[in-house]
Formats: sequence, structure tokens, C-alpha cells
Amino acid sequence: MSDADVDTAERIVVAGYGPAAHRLVERLAHRGHGGAVTVLGAEPEPAYQRPLLTSVVDGTLPSGALRLPAAPEGVRLLLGVTATAVDRERRLVHSDDGRSHPYDRLVLATGAAPRLPDLPWLHGSDGQLPAGVRVLRTLDDTAALAGAAPVTVVGGGPLAVEAVLALRRLGRDVTLVHRGPYPLDRHLDPRAGELLSARLRALDVDLCLGRTARAYADGKLRLDDGRCVAAHDVLLCTGAAPRDGLARSAGLAVDGGVFVDDELRTDDPRVHAIGDCARPAGPAGSYGGHTTAWEQAETLALLLTGDDFPPARSRPVLRLRARELDLVRLGAPDGADETVVLADAARGRYARLSLRDNRVCGAVLLGLDRAIAAVARLYQRGEPVPADRLALLLGAAPEYAGEELPGDVVVCHCSNVTGTDLEAAWQAGARTPAALTAATRASTGCGSCGDELRRWCTEFVRREEAVSA
Amino acid sequence: MTVSETSPAGTAAAVSETSPAATDAAVSETSPAATDAAVSETSPAGTRTHCPYCALQCGTLLGRTDGPGSGGGSVSVSPDPDFPVNQGGLCQKGWTAPAVLDVPDRLTTPLVRGADGRLAPAGWDEALGLVARRLREIRDEHGPEALAVFGGGGLTNEKAYTLGKFARLALGTSQIDYNGRFCMSSAAAAQNAAFGVDRGLPFPVTDLGRADVVLLAGANPAETMPPLLRHLDRASLIVIDPRRTRTAARAALHLQPTPGTDLALALGLLHLAVTDGHLDKTYLDERTEGFDETWARAVTWWPERVEAVTGVAVSELRSAVRMLAEAERAYVLTGRGAEQHSKGSDTVAAFINLSLALGLPGREGSGFGTLTGQGNGQGGRELGQKADQLPGYRSLTDPAARAHLARVWGVDPERLPGPGRSAYELLDALGTDDGPRALLVLGSNPVVSAPDAGRIARRLGALDLLVVADFVPSETARMADVVLPVTQWAEEEGTLTNLEGRVLRRRRLLDPPPGVRGDLDVLHGIAVRLGEPASRYPRRPREVFEELRAATAGGPADYSGVSYERLDRDEELYWPCPEGSSGTPRLFLDGFAHPGGRARFQAVEHRDAAELPSPDFPLYATTGRVLAQYQSGAQTRRVAELTEAAPEPYVEVHPDTAARASLADGQLARVSSARGAVLAKVRYEPSLRTDTVFVPFHFPGEGRANLVTHAALDPRSRMPEFKVCAVRIEAAR
Repeated sequence: MSDADVDTAERIVVAGYGPAAHRLVERLAHRGHGGAVTVLGAEPEPAYQRPLLTSVVDGTLPSGALRLPAAPEGVRLLLGVTATAVDRERRLVHSDDGRSHPYDRLVLATGAAPRLPDLPWLHGSDGQLPAGVRVLRTLDDTAALAGAAPVTVVGGGPLAVEAVLALRRLGRDVTLVHRGPYPLDRHLDPRAGELLSARLRALDVDLCLGRTARAYADGKLRLDDGRCVAAHDVLLCTGAAPRDGLARSAGLAVDGGVFVDDELRTDDPRVHAIGDCARPAGPAGSYGGHTTAWEQAETLALLLTGDDFPPARSRPVLRLRARELDLVRLGAPDGADETVVLADAARGRYARLSLRDNRVCGAVLLGLDRAIAAVARLYQRGEPVPADRLALLLGAAPEYAGEELPGDVVVCHCSNVTGTDLEAAWQAGARTPAALTAATRASTGCGSCGDELRRWCTEFVRREEAVSA
Repeated sequence: MTVSETSPAGTAAAVSETSPAATDAAVSETSPAATDAAVSETSPAGTRTHCPYCALQCGTLLGRTDGPGSGGGSVSVSPDPDFPVNQGGLCQKGWTAPAVLDVPDRLTTPLVRGADGRLAPAGWDEALGLVARRLREIRDEHGPEALAVFGGGGLTNEKAYTLGKFARLALGTSQIDYNGRFCMSSAAAAQNAAFGVDRGLPFPVTDLGRADVVLLAGANPAETMPPLLRHLDRASLIVIDPRRTRTAARAALHLQPTPGTDLALALGLLHLAVTDGHLDKTYLDERTEGFDETWARAVTWWPERVEAVTGVAVSELRSAVRMLAEAERAYVLTGRGAEQHSKGSDTVAAFINLSLALGLPGREGSGFGTLTGQGNGQGGRELGQKADQLPGYRSLTDPAARAHLARVWGVDPERLPGPGRSAYELLDALGTDDGPRALLVLGSNPVVSAPDAGRIARRLGALDLLVVADFVPSETARMADVVLPVTQWAEEEGTLTNLEGRVLRRRRLLDPPPGVRGDLDVLHGIAVRLGEPASRYPRRPREVFEELRAATAGGPADYSGVSYERLDRDEELYWPCPEGSSGTPRLFLDGFAHPGGRARFQAVEHRDAAELPSPDFPLYATTGRVLAQYQSGAQTRRVAELTEAAPEPYVEVHPDTAARASLADGQLARVSSARGAVLAKVRYEPSLRTDTVFVPFHFPGEGRANLVTHAALDPRSRMPEFKVCAVRIEAAR
């Protein structure tokens, strides 16, 4: 996009006010966007940090603590107002309060809605979920999850696992019902899946794998094998679907998200989409989540304020947010020319590192905390991995490889005194640590080599005794 | 390199007819050599003074031996066992400091660049007369803003104070700043904003000795101030550093972030302090303000995101917070590694936020502090040589402060210029259309120490007049039109303020070599020749200090209760020390210095380094220090024992990274950035990150690390980004 395309006095309307929209309006202000900015937020709450909802569930944070900084001065923020239709001809957004909002640029940031499994018992005649069945998408949803009674989580994605762990932290009895062979089965190989399942069981999570729920009544969820599990609450964590209805009804190209190009444009150049509602070029169903959403917001802010060089985008990484277990999945093993596998079932540690041209193309790491941090960075930056793969996976602090002769060892760094220097001083008559210090200044700086000085002293005595004996 | 013709022996003879006492008879009848001899305190153990190097200001005892010569060769030094900061310790630099007193190329006569372009010996009267004449000419033609001054954090309080006064009154310019801008400015900005005052350590350094846990963010005292570690023996250390430094190797926990991501790391630690239940809510309510806005930033920095940005494992972040929170006595300290960034102030602010969340500052036995670097890095930043400051840590834009100083100086407040350019901006403007055309440098060597040093050397070369006062021919002095030889530590009296805000006496052991004058004397000589009253620029440090007391009275850094007499009675005086008080060893115990007494959280947000690795420059470079050298190395590179320990520029490289560039250990490499290249020997370092190389910055010429550094400035402190830039490494042909 060249400068000529950008009028900084453009009126921008943003439909939605989640973290992506929040970041967009902040960055627009930071970049000095001069035109009016109007934000339509469907929830009555100002923008909050949605990825931390499980921290509210487990009581770590009060719900107010998720609130993001206030919108920049000058932004027209309409909360509890939902965009209902777009008139692209007249460049107007209509909202459910009966108003309409003219735009030069429209940004769709409508997010995603919980995806409900196609189970007959879920869908009553009134279109509402049965009592006790809940989802986890908004702050309101967290309030409904308070309580101490047994809860069953349905689903097998990251949110399901994080929710299970959050609920266990509260001390609630938790059952996880998932139709796949193990949680995160879309992301993990079977061996990692087994270890994850074992870890969850060790945390007293009742796992019902390969199962679907058939009926829910009287605080009991009946599964397809006939088993009934306690479920005062049923929490559905069965994925999210982009909210693309507004775009669809406006005649924009949509299929499991609003199609956008590299500059986050829909097929109408005056309409953009960012965050969970957008579907960038490339395979559907990416798992970038908030990081991708923020980067899209930042990129769009740059483009809308006349920058030609949006930053490079990071590659999607799945990193579980749970203090009980460290887990990351990134990239894919496809095309690897080297695979490094480390499995330590006893301590729940596992690594499968897929390398191509000496770089990480895919990895699953479980329980290897330092390796997770290091490998994810290498993957993001496309950097070669260290020659010592095992040291990388163990996160071991590398030791000096070279062997130094003891005499060349610097005993006292502060005064640059070597073993040879000490020996010379000893030969010249300095026969105690204090005398060695006086002769060489060893241990007069930070003082940390005092013990070592005594050891050298003992060693000199031993050598002399050995000679005289 | 045109000073080789001025051998000390030859020059002394050439100028012998112009003794200082004779030349300046008209302007002063007291020869500086005679004035302060009487005040030197000489105990049986020797003259009690302090090491000339870092901000620890280790106490030393100087004595005379029958060694060779009349200078350093005849001086013995030993650590003062009674001084609490070093407790009888001294590093190799301190032990060898006397050698600097009589280095072979010690400057002992003024030098003036002749028509042939070479520096040649000159008499003092000739040199000072020339300087004054040229300054006047340039001022007449271009106005006072065409004159500039660049000071240093190693100058005594008396010199720093006089330099600021000289610039603003004798030159009438706003264009004064100093190399401390490259050192302490980010910490200063953040501490002032948080606490209402900036004293490096708001507690005596000995308090650290009882700590359970100390977090060092970007500090490497094992190399930079070894005797400090005597106070860190007991504590479990948490060290944040991209390199596994000697300090990091001693740590209970070493967090090794990607260069330029300390701010994200600090935000993540604050996030964890909240989510893991370590928030000190009572302290927050009673002693702070602004937490909610700060949290609204930190809420987005959950640990897994911080891990992705910094490369530090969540488990280690969590351990760090737990260690700090569970300690009964804990300290958070920052160093240049966290501060020398284009977001250094915000990074320090984020570490202050963390310490406030845990309830550490202003509580006896815990706290926040920054490890000041240069010998007088504290006094140097509060006595008026900074572009925006008046003595006593007063603001140059505060009408009351201006009125106070104008009264002390006996001038109309209107005569005081406003704030001038910051250090890098000042240097970068030299010789440009609206920049200064004359520069006076005291106690600094920007040709080596400034960022983007190649560019700065070119700017210095574009000046109409460069005057450098130094005691050795530094790289900057070699570029000068006039070089003025001045005294050094053991030859002069004065005071310095160490990293804990304690005012210390520097005492004279030796007379300076013939032909050498004190900096105060030099400023006096120029000022008088510019038509200033002689009495306005005292040449005796003690007289300056008396004026400095009045000038700082009532300011945040109040020295009015400090006197040479009290210091010579061994009183431990920490500022603020108003007249009649016994000083303030511990600040903030009863309240912070803001109106209302509350500390202020600062709602800061992480951002990337100004320059990130790219296909052309795929590695991070970071710069820093080694034990045996000090700053630009002008002093320490002249000491044989130190040069033996750290002889030449080198670049630390991970063996894998070196192998990819086909570089053998010990091979000469070229490290290039978008700005320039440094030549340095490859040193394999398996503990280094594979994406990072490290270059120490003490070396001259083609070995200057600052040829590659990036002068992106912090918007708050104007600190350049010394600690991260993008480079590539290859064999030097």
C-alpha cells in the first residue's frame, strides 16, 4: 500500500472490542491516526484479556483484573452495541441500537463464538443450552462456573485442558470427556498424548477418552458406553467458530472466517478483518490465537497509517497455559530430515524435535521447561539449532569445552592470579593462605576464591610431603 | 597520532619558563599546588583516599615508597580495612592505580595544534589565551549556543559543579551534557518518576550483606565492581543477563533473556507476582499509587507469552518471583544491561514496579536500587553538568530553582540558559549548521565511549575548536586543537559521592608533575580570560565545596550539611544532608519524596529493540565491560599489568555460531552492523546464546565496539541503545 492510498483523516469503524480491536485502536493512536475512530463493543464490558479467563475461573484473578487499559483519548467507544448490518454501498454500519455509523474503513473484529458439538440433547426447542451446561468465552461465563460441585468438561483442545486444570486448582472433582484417544490429539503424537493423559490422571482428573456424551440430567452426564459421570456443571470446550455472520450478510467472501489478504483486506478494499473472525491466506484452522490477533492488529494499524513495511509475522505456536504442566507444540514434522526423540516416562518428560536443514520445523515438548523456551525461540527465528541436541533438550547450562592445565587456571579473577603464580609465591616462601594473598593479591577483590586458595595451599603441602616421603 | 613528539622529558623543559604561578599572576596569586597541601590527612598508614575508578569508591591507603620516580612508581596502595564498602578488598584495577600517575605518555604541558596540523607543546598562558580568544570569536560570530561543554561522571563534585556554572555563565550556553547520560540516565529517570528522587542505592551498600535474595537485572559486579560481591555472599542471587557472566555463574538462578527483552521479562515477573498471590496489598494501599493502570499493561504479559518473547522458561520466571517474594529481606538492583536501551527508563520502571508490588522499597532490609557505574556517577548527575539540571538535583526549568542558583551565583535568573541537548544529540550536532562549533571536553573520551563512534568522531572532526583537558593523550585528546594537561586522583583534593549517596573525600598524596594544573584552575583561567570575575570560579576545591553547599541547600540532593571538616572526622554523610543534619543513610523509610509520600507505579509497555536481526545482520551484538579495563580504557590500557590481563579487543561467540561463519577460536573477526565494523579476536564461549555475540568496549581504533552500536535514544532519558544492535560476523581479511 503506498502513501497515496492512505488518508490519515479517514473515519474508521471497528466492529467488536476484544483484545485485537483494543490493540488496533491503541496502535492507531500511537501512530497518530487523525480521523475519527468508532468502536462497537457487543459486550457491556470494556476490552479485557480473554486468554486469561481460566485465571478468573480458578480464582487467581478477580474478573476486573482482566480489564485492558482504557481506550485512547478521542476514540468513540460504544459498549453493549452490536453491529448488525453493513451497507457497503453507502459505507454505513448499522447497529442494534438503531444508529448507523459512516466509515471510510471498516474493521471487522467480531471474534469467535463457542462451537457446540452436534449432540441432540444440547439443543432444546428454545435454542438455549440446558440448565447447567456452560461455555467459556466471556467474563460472564466465568461467574456461572463458580461453585464446588463436580464438573465435567467436554472437549479435547487447549481450552479444555486449561479449564480442567483451573477447575482442579479450585479443588473441584473434574471429569474430562473427549471423543479423541487423548487430549490435544490434533496436536500431539500418541506418545506425548499418553504422557499428557497420565499427567492429568495424576492430578486426579477423571479421563473419559474415546467417548461422547449422550444425555444430561439430574447432575449426571451419560456417556456412550453407558457410564454416568457426576456433572453439576457441564462445560463445553469444543472449539470456537469465527463470527463471520456480519461479513456474510454484507456479501463478503466468507468460509469459516472472513477471507483476508496479506494486508488484512477482505474482497472489499475498504473492509478489513482481524483476529479470530478473520481467515488469512493459508490453511484453515490455524492455532495462533491471541498472538496472531495482536500481530494482525499491529500490522493493520501500520498499514492504515501509511507504513509500507509491516513487521514479519510470527509462526503459530501452541503453548499450554497451565502451571502444572509445561507443553508446547509448534510446526509440523512433515519434511523433517532429522528427528530427535527423548522420552522419560517416569518423570513425564518428552521431546520430539523435527529438524530440516538444521532448523526446527516441528516439535512437541512436554515437561522440559527450559527446552520449551529455547526451542520455541529457535523456531520463531528460523535459527539453526545447537550442535548439542541433547543439551538443548535438557536445557543444561553448557560447560566450558576446553580443558585447561591446572597451572593456567585463573584462581583469582579479580587480581588475575593463576595456579602457577600461587606456586611461585609458595616456592618463594608464602606458606599460608594469608601469605599467598599478601604475595599475589589473590582473594583481595570479591573475596570469593578464599576457599580455593586454601585448597591450593593444602595441595602444595601434599606435593611437598609426597616429594619428601 | 601526532603527539609522539611530545615526550614528557622534552616538553617539561620547553615550558619550564611558564610556571603556573608566574603566568596567572594577574588573575590569582595562589598557586594551586600550594593551596590544599595542608588539608591532606596523612595517618601513619598513609593518605586515606579512594580508588580512582568505579562508583564503589573503595577506600584506599596511599603511601610513599622508595620506588622509582616521583609519581606512581613511588606510591604504594593498599585497601582501607576500615572502609565499609570494600571491607579491605580491592580489584586489580585498584591495586595498579598508582601506575597511571606516571605513565610514560602522561600529559605535562599544554599542546596546541600548529599550522602543520600537529600538536606541539605550548605554554599555559598561550594555550588558555588561544582557547579564550577562539571561544570569543566563535561566540561573537555564531552566538553562545555555538559553544559546548562535555563533562564526565568521573569528575569530582567540585569540578562537575564548576563545569556547569562555567558553561552557563562564562560561556552563556545551554549546550552542556556529560558521559553520565550514557550511564545512569535511564535509572535516574525511572527512579525520579517512581520515588521523587534518584539516589543510586537509597540505602548503605552494607545493607545488602543481610539480604536473603538479591535480583541483579543486567548487572555484572563480578567484573565491574568485584568488592561489591563481599556484600552479596549471603544472599541467593537471581541474575538476569543474556550472557553467563561471572556474576551469573554464581547465581542461584540465572535468567538468560534474548537481548532487548528485559522489559517484557520484568512485566512478566510483575504479572506472576500478582497471579501467584505475592502482591503486598497493604503496602500497595498505604505507600503507592497507580497500580491499576500498571496492572492493565502487565495483564497482557502472562508467563507463557513472556517466555515466547524473552526465551526464559516459565518455570524460571516463577522461581524468580517466588524467591523474591518468600525472602524476608530482598533487593532488586538494576545495572547498565537493563538500562542502556532505547527503552531503558521503562525497563527500570518495570523493575521498580515489581519491587513495589512486593513491598520492598522504603522498608529497612529490603529495597530497590541501581548500581551506579562511574566513580562520581552519583555526584556527577546531580551537581549541574547535565543538560537539564542545576546543582542539588534541581530542574533547570523550575523557576524557583533558577532563582535560587541565580542568587547563589550573583546573577540575574534571566542569564541562566534553558535545557540543552542530551549527550548524543549534542555530539551529533557538532559542526552542523545549527550545532555547536566549539567543544570543551573534561573527563571523557567520546571517540571510544559514544555510540556510533565513527559518526561521532567525524562530528568532532567538523568542529572549529576542540579543547580537551585530560591527563593522558586519550583518543579524543589526540583529535583536539588544544590539549590541557590536568591533575588526577592522587594529586588532588575534592569530594565524590559514591553509589550509595555517601559523600567521600579524595585526598592528595602527591604534588602534580610540573606543568600540570587542576581542572578547576583550567576553568578559572578560561573564565577570567573571557571576562568573568575571578572570584566566581574558585580554584581551591574546598572553596568550591562551600559554594556548592549553598547551591544545593534545599534541593533534593542537599549537601549543605556536608563539610570537609565533617568528612575528615570520618562522619558517614549520605545526602540529603541539610545543614545541621547527620545525613540520610536510608531514604523512604517514612515516605517517598513525592508530595503525599507515595511511590508511583509507572504504566509501561514492552517494545522491540530499535534494531532487530535481519538477513544481512542476523545476530544480536551486546557490549560491556571486563574486569581489567575501565570505561574507554584511556587509563587502564596504560597499565602493563592490566593490559596483560585484558590485552586486546575480542568478541565472544558461541562455537556453533563461529563454526557457521568458519571462524576458529583466536581468529581475527570483523563484526559489522549497518553503521560500521569492529575488528576483534574470536573467543569461543559455549555458554553464550547462539544468536548473540559480545564485544567489550574498552579498546581504541578499529577495536572500538561502539563502531557498531546504535544511537537509538530512549525518549525519556535520551540513553542510547548500547546493549543491543544487529550484526554479522565474518573473518577479517
